[in-house]
Amino acid sequence: MQDEGTSVRKIRVLIAKPGLDSHDRGAKIVARALRDAGMEVIYTGLRQTPEQIVETALQEDVDVIGLSILSGAHMTLFPRIMELLREKGLTDVLVFAGGIIPEEDIPELKKIGIKEVFGPGTPTEKIVKYVLENAPKRES
Amino acid sequence: MLIDEIAKGVLAGDKRSIAKAITIVENSPSEAQRLIAILYPHTGKAHIVGLTGPGGAGKSTLIEKMIREYRRRGKTVGVIAVDPTSPFTGGAFLGDRIRMQELSTDEGVFIRSMATRNNPGGIAKATKDAVKILDAAGKDIIIVETVGAGQSEVDIVKVAQTVVVVHAPGLGDEIQAIKAGLMEIADIFVVNKADRENANKTVMDLQAVLQLDNEPKPWRPPILKTVALTGEGVSQLLDKIEEHEHFLRKELWQKRIWEKAQIELIEAIRDKVTSSIIEKLKREKKLEKILQKIVDRELDPATAAEKILNQELE
Repeated sequence: MQDEGTSVRKIRVLIAKPGLDSHDRGAKIVARALRDAGMEVIYTGLRQTPEQIVETALQEDVDVIGLSILSGAHMTLFPRIMELLREKGLTDVLVFAGGIIPEEDIPELKKIGIKEVFGPGTPTEKIVKYVLENAPKRES
Repeated sequence: MLIDEIAKGVLAGDKRSIAKAITIVENSPSEAQRLIAILYPHTGKAHIVGLTGPGGAGKSTLIEKMIREYRRRGKTVGVIAVDPTSPFTGGAFLGDRIRMQELSTDEGVFIRSMATRNNPGGIAKATKDAVKILDAAGKDIIIVETVGAGQSEVDIVKVAQTVVVVHAPGLGDEIQAIKAGLMEIADIFVVNKADRENANKTVMDLQAVLQLDNEPKPWRPPILKTVALTGEGVSQLLDKIEEHEHFLRKELWQKRIWEKAQIELIEAIRDKVTSSIIEKLKREKKLEKILQKIVDRELDPATAAEKILNQELE
């Protein structure tokens, strides 16, 4: 009854798999952890182009995008995704990444707007906590 | 963004505005009301197709093929894919668009995933408002996809003009599941995965159940066969949906529109009255006292409600 007439703004997260690798166990585990933390998680499935990911983020009006990549193409795909997000005006979306991403690439990725990078073996609790604390607070 | 700006964007078909508008109807009832008030005069043009059936029947794959065929026929399409919210965590995994992702960059297609949130009773009000938004945005066809067995499937008649119930062979006791309500709401049955060898048995099972219904009806729901993976039968499905739309417009349009308007009005009154009474009780700090009496078995809920309405409670 306490929900009558009011409702809580749910955090909406897009978990996306850019590029051509075909392993999404990590992405699904993160998706599930975020769902279990009370978020609405949209999953794109495998082999997404930057255009598809950004268009999905736009239509689903998500607060957060998690990019999962294992193929090594992050230095080409991520900048393109960030560029398209800017083009579409989705500048208030929190973007984080996970997968196989070498340590030395992380500074460059942060420079283009990827807010956090989680390597293999990161406990899901850490990712959940990060998203809960950093998802943009939006009025509607 | 301001409500007026968003409404203007929706009417111009701008995707960002449509997305923002749906977020508003999901989150903020008072803003939603203002938004829908602006958009409402521009609705009523789209044909709304409800697509439902048990999980694993191939609904999302079928919708993907339907969108492609509609696009080939020059129609614009909006899709609302509804998935359940976990009653335990409040979270939801929305994976229906995985099968439709290739279409997400098509200018004439808008796909939105929605969770049922705290609406165990069926289609959320937000879903109905989202349909209105896509309608006002000029989409020719709006497909609402719902999953699971139960009330939410039956509730889809309140939103959709043509209800397509999708089944597939080998899902277990599916015919039993549809007897409990789904038979009555289906305008078209689809047996998907029709390339499987036991598909004809599913068709015959459906026929057998349909024949139990002896009442003369102006529209007998046909049973179609599709193979969503290859697209087989999808064109015929679209033809059948169009045929049903023509039938509705000729025979039942006025009646359906009035029924729908009545349902929506009743629901709106119920929502408004309920929340205004609850708000008032909270403001006057009476709510807890009443609840305490109910908990203590001094008063039953129905009598309490009546007394509240008659203002007989102190």
